[in-house]
Amino acid sequence: MIEAQGINFYYGSFHALKDISMSVQPNTVTAFIGPSGCGKSTFLRLFNRMNDLIDGVRLTGRCLVNGEDIYHKSVRVDELRKKVGMVFQKPNPFPKSIFENVAYGLRVNGAGGKSFIANRVEESLRAAALWDEVKDKLKKSAFELSGGQQQRLCIARALAISPSILLMDEPASALDPISTSKIEELIHVLKQQYTIAIVTHNMQQAARVSDKTGFFMLGELIEFSETKKMFLNPEKEQTQSYITGRFG
Amino acid sequence: MKHTEIELQRLKEEVSRMWKLVMSQLEKAKQAFFSGDIELALEVTGREKTIDAIELKIDNDCENYIALYSPVAVDLRLVLSLIKISITLERIGDFAEGIACHVIEESGHKLDAQLIDDLQLEKMFDTLINMLSDSFVALESENTKISGRIISKDYEVDRLYHNSLNVLTTYLLQNSGDIRSGLKTILIIRKLERIGDHCRNIVEEIVFYVDAKVLKHGGKKKAEAALANSEKNGIFA
Repeated sequence: MIEAQGINFYYGSFHALKDISMSVQPNTVTAFIGPSGCGKSTFLRLFNRMNDLIDGVRLTGRCLVNGEDIYHKSVRVDELRKKVGMVFQKPNPFPKSIFENVAYGLRVNGAGGKSFIANRVEESLRAAALWDEVKDKLKKSAFELSGGQQQRLCIARALAISPSILLMDEPASALDPISTSKIEELIHVLKQQYTIAIVTHNMQQAARVSDKTGFFMLGELIEFSETKKMFLNPEKEQTQSYITGRFG
Repeated sequence: MKHTEIELQRLKEEVSRMWKLVMSQLEKAKQAFFSGDIELALEVTGREKTIDAIELKIDNDCENYIALYSPVAVDLRLVLSLIKISITLERIGDFAEGIACHVIEESGHKLDAQLIDDLQLEKMFDTLINMLSDSFVALESENTKISGRIISKDYEVDRLYHNSLNVLTTYLLQNSGDIRSGLKTILIIRKLERIGDHCRNIVEEIVFYVDAKVLKHGGKKKAEAALANSEKNGIFA
């Protein structure tokens, strides 16, 4: 489970997130939607401390992952990222073989022997619905795969180290409709084992894949509710205007 | 199967469940009508609320499906058809309940047996039950080849309806003491005729879903011509 309690976030003097409180329940998919610059990606990245790499940022409030404040000084970022995997907008495989891309995280963390790694790679590729397409070419370069396959490889890489939470920042925006459909179907299956938070510009995608949706605008969480409710009868006028395309 | 397809399949199954219940209601209403079985009539009236509840659920599920999955092409036609079919089935359920209520209200006042034979009410009931069952098969098998046969049965129901009015008029002229029962019987016959129309509407929806053709009101071309004519004559002015 991930939870935000009174989050305020600043890029220098720019107030990017304004008093955000919400929680994402285990084994659900939560989508964050909103216009560009609304803070949804910033909010997502808080949960595996990706924003730490940016100069001049400031955070107040608490970010909890499985009940633990991940910004507490005792928390090691590398340990946090074993629990919280992340998939980005553009597929970013390593310049290595398909097998090594998935095995990489396990090797870095010194996990298990040769057969353990081989099993884990196969499990992860199966979970990412990629195994059947790559099982005969595991030693080939990851760059030989299509964009959609590369993105599923990145998902497999994230799954290999057994996180409990998966953050996805526009994971299908660079993909064609067929690859997008495969990623969406994968998200639907993965939620049985993982807690998933996804940022997307595609409102129909949010509607198709998520259980709950948060609508952000100008750094505020305007509405956070069941996806069915959000897309049928949103509470706030601003949400209605955005999802019906009247502004934004 | 994708989860969106599974959801669509569930919607279809929900409508099938409603369909079977409505068919059973109509069959029981028929049995109660001919046998005067009050218990059976009460069973029909008691089940009406379940049909209403299923209709509401289908409405809600279809709304959610459209809102969440933005269906297009054949999927959109299916969802639109299912909404209309469930509304129509609910109406047929109402008519079955109306017939059952008639049985309860008129207990002890049986119509003349020869008159019932002459009115061909049993044939009317059976034709309607066949229409409902054939259109169910058409949707389940996504086969519209039998749609013509189902629609022709509606013409048969209309013929029986007009014939029954003549029969009843003749009978009441000779049996003025039965006028009240006669008038109530007309209401039943009218309900049966309307069920035929509704079955036809269902078939039209199935054809719209499967073949993307509009049959109602004589089809799109006729409707467009009528609209153009109305505009020419200043009806909307």
